[in-house]
Amino acid sequence: MNHGSQSPGSSKLLPKSLTGISGLDDITAGGLPTGRPTLLCGAAGCGKTLFGMTFLVDGAVRRDEPGVFVSFEETAPDLAVNVASLGYEVDKLIDEKKLVIDHVRVDRSEIEEAGEYDLEGLFVRLGYAIDSIGAKRIVLDTLETLFAGLDNVAVLRSELRRLFEWIKQKGITAIVTAERGEGQLTRHGLEEYVSDCVILLENRVEDQITTRRLRVVKYRGSAHGTNEYPFLIDDHGITVLPITSAGLSYDVSEEPVPTGVEDLDAMLSIGGYYRGSSVLISGSAGTGKTIFSAHFANAACARGEHCLYVALEESPSQIVRNVRSVGLDLQHHIDADLLRFEAARPSFYGFEMHLTRLHRIVETFKPTIVVIDPISAFRGPAEEVHSTLLRVVDMLKARGITAVFTSLTPADERLMSDADRGVSSLMDTWISLLDIESSGERNRGLYVLKSRGMSNSNQIREYRLTSNGVQLSDMYMGPDGMLTGSARIAQEWRARTLETQRQREIACRRRKLERKRLVLEGQIAELQATLAMQEAEIDDLSEAERLDAELVNHDRQVMARSRGVDE
Amino acid sequence: MTGNSQTPWWEEADGDHSGTHFVLRLYVTGSTPRSTRAVEIIRRVCEERLNGRYDLEVIDIYQNPQAARDAQIIAAPTLVKILPEPLRRIIGDLSNSDRVLAGLNLVPATSPPGGTQG
Repeated sequence: MNHGSQSPGSSKLLPKSLTGISGLDDITAGGLPTGRPTLLCGAAGCGKTLFGMTFLVDGAVRRDEPGVFVSFEETAPDLAVNVASLGYEVDKLIDEKKLVIDHVRVDRSEIEEAGEYDLEGLFVRLGYAIDSIGAKRIVLDTLETLFAGLDNVAVLRSELRRLFEWIKQKGITAIVTAERGEGQLTRHGLEEYVSDCVILLENRVEDQITTRRLRVVKYRGSAHGTNEYPFLIDDHGITVLPITSAGLSYDVSEEPVPTGVEDLDAMLSIGGYYRGSSVLISGSAGTGKTIFSAHFANAACARGEHCLYVALEESPSQIVRNVRSVGLDLQHHIDADLLRFEAARPSFYGFEMHLTRLHRIVETFKPTIVVIDPISAFRGPAEEVHSTLLRVVDMLKARGITAVFTSLTPADERLMSDADRGVSSLMDTWISLLDIESSGERNRGLYVLKSRGMSNSNQIREYRLTSNGVQLSDMYMGPDGMLTGSARIAQEWRARTLETQRQREIACRRRKLERKRLVLEGQIAELQATLAMQEAEIDDLSEAERLDAELVNHDRQVMARSRGVDE
Repeated sequence: MTGNSQTPWWEEADGDHSGTHFVLRLYVTGSTPRSTRAVEIIRRVCEERLNGRYDLEVIDIYQNPQAARDAQIIAAPTLVKILPEPLRRIIGDLSNSDRVLAGLNLVPATSPPGGTQG
């Protein structure tokens, strides 16, 4: 996300100091102007003090730039306690001479103005604090308290002008906080003096949900993001969510990511979703959207990929239990830290907070797969929902993360809201799960409504949620259209019966033929036997004839000899 | 405010704190005109109104910045009345007499007509 800070031109023109506030450095393309004051304005409770302290702690800990925190409101111990919740060890930094906290107390009831004065006392203290540790950063929080303590506004104004000049001359990077004013940025018009960089923090409550937003109003000599950016303060510090200006310039991948359901892979020509694409699984209640998502997550984790599952309606343990009934064991992926659940009711935070949290988890956990189940849980003005989702899609695409979004649609597709339609155009692949009602039954069917960049099956497939996961069955077309459920089973049975009958007939014919063959072979053998017999007879006859002839001849000789006839 | 006399204003004031001990600190910035004026004025006030019932310390915050921090000094010059309580910070070159006296909890010597004497 450091696309901004790498732009060589801006950093050469204007030196910048990183704030360590993730996101803000992106928006400002490298941080606050070095050696100049930045005005940070916002109403009470916006996080001005925490911003300031984060800036100083970051400088002290990471950049070898010690800092001075001049607090006009909180005492040093209070301040230390308040920022300890963000994990800042203020006391340690003070001991290491990396941080000085000077609490400037201005108590009007003690003060009597008796003659001409200036604010040299304040200057002396600042100078002293800065010199004592060689500070490079300073935070003045909130300078405007002076207006409440001192009467002579003319002196005050000229002294403030001098103060900012003095800070610039010393080359100290400063954050000056100020209260938001009516009709102007700050209550006392400090923006008149600090003109290099002005950042506005806001706390907006809409529908009882608070969203913190940040806007860079002005940054002299530097390009900066001009939108309102949501930000978050929690135990991880401050996170600003930059809305990527990357637009539509993502790298696209040709690689398929299996859907986790083999039969579904087969319906998509590349054998899965494209890596880095956005997939919408929509369906009415109970069609198994979560189960399809869980299949996808399970397959990813089984390949050793990191998967983030954002559960917006069910608790993670409930999901884990429920999908166990279809034979998916997600728990061992959780234990291996391949699968992480992020569960939150959408109404608990605003959209911006969700985005910001999502952004931070994506940055730290680095998943390749993200499931958001379901996006229909986001309720609000269609426009806002749409822009939120657009940014989610953008953010995930920019990182090449394959995202599956589920959406609950009304049973009747015609009742689909405009928001849903709007969302669908952001999706690359849309799998629609249907309730099919026929012959007094409700069955489930799915089809690939669209899938950009690949050919896909146009079939509506019936599927069942079995203990071995999702099973797709073949569809039968009957005279009245598609057959599902028992009608399909009946059709299957009929088909099976027909098949067996045919098999039986073939077998029967084969048996008959065999018998015929045996009979014929028998006849052949008989005929051959007869032939052999006749041949033998003939042989016998000719032998007998020969013997007879020999006998006659012999008899004749014997007779002649006995008659004494001479030859 | 204190009439038409040519005497300096501090001589017109009279204290009702005859037994009170004053602890005062004046924080100045080197020898700038305002600082010098403030030093002069407070010295006279002390001599003429407090008759030795005071400790006055003049501190140059250029020389001792830590003192400015410890005493919560913002403006210069600043006169801090530590005793008697309550603590007061009288800021400025002390040229406004009423304000100085009010800050020190002293009353002017010549009160407006009809005013009561303490």
